[in-house]
Amino acid sequence: MSTTTGEKIGYVGRAMKRVEDPRLVKGIATYVDDLRLPGMLHAVFVRSPHAHARVKRIRTDAARAAGGVVGVFTGAEVNAQCGTIPCASSFPDLKSPKHTVLAGDRAYFVGHPVAVVVAATPYAAADAAELVDVDYEPLPVVTDPEKALEAGSPLTHPDLGTNAAFTWNLTGGDIDAAFAKADRVIRQRMYHQRLTPMPIEPRGCVASYQPGEGTLTLWTSTQIPHLIRTLLPGMIGIAENKLRVVAPEVGGGFGAKLNLYAEEALCSHLAMRLGAPVKWIEGRRENAAATIHGRDQVGDYEVAVSKDGRILGLRNRTIADLGSYLQLLTPAIPTLTGLVVTGAYKIPAVRMDVVGVYTNKMSTDAYRGAGRPEATYLIERLVDLVAAELGLDPVEVRRRNFPAPEEFPFNTATGLTFDSGNYEGALRKAQQLARWDELVARRTSRRRAGALFGIGVSTYVEICAMGPSKAMAAGGWEWGCVRIEISGKVTVITGVTPHGQGQETTFAQIVADRLGVPIEDIVVLHGDTSVAHYGRDTYGSRGTAVCGSAIVMCVDRILEKARRLAAALLDARPEQVEFADGAFAVKGSGGKRLGWTELAGEAYIAKNLPRGFEPGLEASAFFEPENFTFPFGTHICAVEVNRDTGDVTIVQYVAVDDCGNQINPLLVEGQVQGGIAHSIGQALFERTVYDEHGQLLTGEFMDYPMPRAEDIPDYVLGSTVTPSPVNPLGVKGVGEAGTIGATPAIANAVMDALRPLGVTHLDLPLAPEKLWRAIRQGHKE
Amino acid sequence: MSTAPFNYTRPKTLDEALALLTAHGGNAKLLAGGHSLIPAMKLRLAQPKMLLDITRLEALRRIEERDGRLVIGALATHAEIAANRTVASRCPLLAEVAASIGDLQVRNRGTIGGSIVHADPAADWPAAILALDAELEIAGRMRRRMEAAGDFFMDIFETSVEPDEILCEIRVPVPAGPGAYVKTAQKASGFALCGVAAVVDAKARRVRVAVTGVAAVPYRATGVEEALAGKPLTAETIAAAARHAAADITPLGDIHASAEYRAHLAEVNTTLALQRAAAR
Repeated sequence: MSTTTGEKIGYVGRAMKRVEDPRLVKGIATYVDDLRLPGMLHAVFVRSPHAHARVKRIRTDAARAAGGVVGVFTGAEVNAQCGTIPCASSFPDLKSPKHTVLAGDRAYFVGHPVAVVVAATPYAAADAAELVDVDYEPLPVVTDPEKALEAGSPLTHPDLGTNAAFTWNLTGGDIDAAFAKADRVIRQRMYHQRLTPMPIEPRGCVASYQPGEGTLTLWTSTQIPHLIRTLLPGMIGIAENKLRVVAPEVGGGFGAKLNLYAEEALCSHLAMRLGAPVKWIEGRRENAAATIHGRDQVGDYEVAVSKDGRILGLRNRTIADLGSYLQLLTPAIPTLTGLVVTGAYKIPAVRMDVVGVYTNKMSTDAYRGAGRPEATYLIERLVDLVAAELGLDPVEVRRRNFPAPEEFPFNTATGLTFDSGNYEGALRKAQQLARWDELVARRTSRRRAGALFGIGVSTYVEICAMGPSKAMAAGGWEWGCVRIEISGKVTVITGVTPHGQGQETTFAQIVADRLGVPIEDIVVLHGDTSVAHYGRDTYGSRGTAVCGSAIVMCVDRILEKARRLAAALLDARPEQVEFADGAFAVKGSGGKRLGWTELAGEAYIAKNLPRGFEPGLEASAFFEPENFTFPFGTHICAVEVNRDTGDVTIVQYVAVDDCGNQINPLLVEGQVQGGIAHSIGQALFERTVYDEHGQLLTGEFMDYPMPRAEDIPDYVLGSTVTPSPVNPLGVKGVGEAGTIGATPAIANAVMDALRPLGVTHLDLPLAPEKLWRAIRQGHKE
Repeated sequence: MSTAPFNYTRPKTLDEALALLTAHGGNAKLLAGGHSLIPAMKLRLAQPKMLLDITRLEALRRIEERDGRLVIGALATHAEIAANRTVASRCPLLAEVAASIGDLQVRNRGTIGGSIVHADPAADWPAAILALDAELEIAGRMRRRMEAAGDFFMDIFETSVEPDEILCEIRVPVPAGPGAYVKTAQKASGFALCGVAAVVDAKARRVRVAVTGVAAVPYRATGVEEALAGKPLTAETIAAAARHAAADITPLGDIHASAEYRAHLAEVNTTLALQRAAAR
């Protein structure tokens, strides 16, 4: 949506570089670890090397006596004062273990913190941590969520009496009738592997208590300073309005920092208890072991279809591996899978049963896409299996099941209302960009030459702009504030907490156009609860759709007030005043123009204000979304699989994403590029591995493969624009689209490559050895 | 992550380094590129009391041709070897291997001597120095000795270098016959799941093939070499011989590759390495 100011093209809709980038590229941004406070102490955690163990005794005397050590604390000394780690999701039958900040008499996963050492330097703390002597008695370990549900399985939390944390189901339409009238039923078991988010900056925090004021400041590498400010006070015994939470520069979150973690609460408590600032910086191995993981769902999925490829019903039972504790949104993730499990298709009946299971592993929680990649993967794989079973073109099967553009808003069997869409349009554009006919011909000729060449398609829909408060755990609105400073400069304050999303740029674009000011005059502030008083923070691709809308409301309010002020100063009625190019003037007068500098000066110096006119020129607003938004698109991937080694080469990648109106196409493309990179990792090699003893075998970059530049092909990226009707900007959100749409496209391409060998399905990741085995098996048969 | 406390000193000569090494017994570690040692220290898996920084021993850094041998100082970095003109003209296989190691940072800091003495079973260099029939000069306080590459690697992380000795030079007979290195990298670490170096000695009508990453100790694939002895190198002879690439060894298996897949890669990469070497 290009806003025009007179003849001039505005900032919105322009591919602009981010104003954030120079400080990041130059290395002069301030991250948590850059903070140095006078008298600051350093915390190092002692963590369980066992996946399940009784903590019999902890001897801390040697550590306490070590040089530089200020204190050593075990669960017995802090758990009672710190409260329990919160989980925002609730189900009627949810069984929750008591999640204390340090282990009590049991450790439940490798990396579980059992003690903390606080010392004058990080080195002294690390040395002393080696001296903490914990006497563990190893206990039986549960790592497989399916076996965990069998009778006689060891229990992760014996006091709960079961490993099943909850059951949840979703039903829509008449599922029994759908399967009764089906021409064919296609079933597939699928495993969606566990992943480690691995933001480039691990977690970390600095807590500082001001005893005179009785206030605590917590700087933490988080996506959710406001939610922490809401949740932490009750845990550590401080009033909400005496707690300030700051997210300084945050080096990636991907959902892993959408949490309140034990370390943040404990460092806050210790800062108050010790009367000195306490800093904790997470190491990479700690990050791999003790920051949330993502995905990890396994299920048996079945679809009922008519012989012409129409999907009549989808039924499944999903087992979600929750790990050992509930973090903030742990149980909610598989329910998000359920909501979008019908994908971009008119599937009239659905039943999904989810069992959440405790195991002796790190908790799972929101990881970029959060439930939606799982849903999209399973439905997109199923559609390909349907096509193969019925001998139909997978693209045609998709097309037959799309709702038509005129059917929007479209109600799904899962209870959602898709705001707007043109799925066929995105598919058609992606096929054009991929030169579809040539690509299919290339597959034919490569196959004739003996190559394993495959084409995969994914036509996804996702759920963004979270969200309507009635559907969210703790309010889904967003808050913003726009202030014209006395100098005429503009300050925008946002309740979301961008950490890579670029809203310092996009919000400035939006405001610059609407106020008619140069973008250089705008500063966007965020991530500090003493600056941005309210907010629900950044996750679920919500920032621009929800907070961008709040900021539009602010600007509208300022324009209205400024018009009244201008009218008074110009001796006119407000409706006689027009606004153009950043200035107000009496319509058609060609006379005096009042710009923001003049108006702000009058508004704040306040000598010429009309009687009763409120000084100042700022507005704040809460925006409550009436619905989620539903971005969609088509990804097309072509691969060639090496017959001798199973190596996959992506030979073509095309993505067409529709995220509604685009404020900044460059940032849209950046989000899509990064998301596809994440998907390449998930589809082809990433996986978090615990052995049967619950030992983490992928606890560092030597063993956990992240996508690298060499893994990323040249993408061809395109977009269609179907504005959302549910917010004034018409935007939808794009932060997670790449991780949602791309994984199934890649998986479908690899499976298509192996189809001539009779291979129908393999679970992710599609790593070389797995493919080599399938190819060898295929040759034998 | 921080290391346990340690002392540090920087000897100015090889003799001083050797004397310090002897004086500290098993408590000292040599610091060259530090790309295996420092991470191990940060994880506190290694806790040496004394670090002897030998990076300034310029004599151990030279790359030159001497008496029919390409002599590479143990402190030469992977990047220096990859870019060296003498290496490129006299033994391009070494440059090829050097360029395949790790990433740019690793190549700029890591040294050939450090890598060889560390004896990671998945390191790249062992395949090359075995296939090139290299000799290693090892200095102790009382004597200097030469060790054939084939006698050098004893076990996982274990070589014939004694705790009070320092590896000084790697000597490769030149001109070496045409060679090639084919590696399947472990996706996360970049180390070799299987690396095969092949050298063709046209005059003697034989090949030398060495494999790293597949077994606990890098090895010469003698079965392959014997199968090709005296034979022309054709697609058929190479393919037939490559089947012996993992004969008589016990392949390693882990989460990154099973023993069976590693053995298979040994065959595939041996085939490719011999084909490429034969074509050079």
